[in-house]
Amino acid sequence: MLQNGAETYRVEDTITRLAQNYGMKAAQVFVTPTAIILSLFEKGRTMDYTKIVRIVDRSTDLHVVVLVNDLSRKVASESLSLDTARKELKKIEKTPEAYPAWVQTLAAILVSGCFALMFQGNWRDFMPAMIAGGAGYVVFLVIKRYISVRFFSELLAAFVIGLVAKLAITSGMGSQLDKIIIGAVMPLVPGVLITNAVRDLMAGHLVSGISLGAEAMLTAFAIGTGIAFVIVTL
Amino acid sequence: MHIFEAIWTSFIASAGFGILFNVPRKAVIPGGICGMIGWLIFEGMSGNNQFDLVLATALASFVVAAISHLYARIYRMPVIIFSVAGIIPLVPGGGAYDTMRQLVENDYNEAIQLASQTFLISGAIAFGLVLAGTILPIILRSTRTVK
Repeated sequence: MLQNGAETYRVEDTITRLAQNYGMKAAQVFVTPTAIILSLFEKGRTMDYTKIVRIVDRSTDLHVVVLVNDLSRKVASESLSLDTARKELKKIEKTPEAYPAWVQTLAAILVSGCFALMFQGNWRDFMPAMIAGGAGYVVFLVIKRYISVRFFSELLAAFVIGLVAKLAITSGMGSQLDKIIIGAVMPLVPGVLITNAVRDLMAGHLVSGISLGAEAMLTAFAIGTGIAFVIVTL
Repeated sequence: MHIFEAIWTSFIASAGFGILFNVPRKAVIPGGICGMIGWLIFEGMSGNNQFDLVLATALASFVVAAISHLYARIYRMPVIIFSVAGIIPLVPGGGAYDTMRQLVENDYNEAIQLASQTFLISGAIAFGLVLAGTILPIILRSTRTVK
């Protein structure tokens, strides 16, 4: 539900707050990137409820995080009934992505070009980086939709980026292969994962920190392999 | 690199990343501004090799996180909405790429060196974030009690 890129502590916080608002005496929550374990203790009972929720799919959709956060605030301040809160949650789940795919692709194109410039590329690398980044991101989105093998979409997208960048160099459009590839790869790089991982480690959420770090490493390896394939074979 | 160029490239890059991460519409521009300020600090400090990359990153991410906290208060949204976009320019994507490249070319010494630097930089980003996250609420609380 909340694993759309929120930090571990925010998830734990929200659940505890919700539980307290619905009259639970105590709530213990343990959140990892793959599962949420929570146990509630109701007033006047001798046993507590325990629930485990497995999380299979993870992505970054901060819009959902904002909506759920708002909802939990609303529960705290206006004391919504359990049913209305559940309805609201269902509604959030069904809301379509905040931005259509073409806007995201456009953003990826602009991001790639700008990053190529920011990492000391020159103006001749601007266009190739934009093209490579856009092509890579389209491949990433399409493959992610149809093939559910993890890390595969990143790998192929990186491969396409490498290919486009190499073509741009050989055709004389770009000048520095490294800068073009770095710029174009940026939309795929798991920067948020890495930072969240280190942050979770520092906050004492050791399990989630390490597992997030492992995921980030694997993603980075997938990208690296895709790029390396182009560099080595061509 | 021209300062003007640095301003607009970092702004567009951060705002674009906000869109990639699906942040709410009204948070896109503030996220871009966060990223722009962070990148200017980073560039200003590390530009002529005056300061170490890790130090520059830590300071820049601290400032980004501080601004994100302010924005979060203004817009009443979680801090992460703004800080994620703001931090993106600092993330050592280039370092990670260079590391992979050296590994592929069987230059392990160089790769380990680059990898440890990349790791330190991402540690510095997290450090700046955590520091701002713990210090700012204390400052805000103390100013409130003084009033």
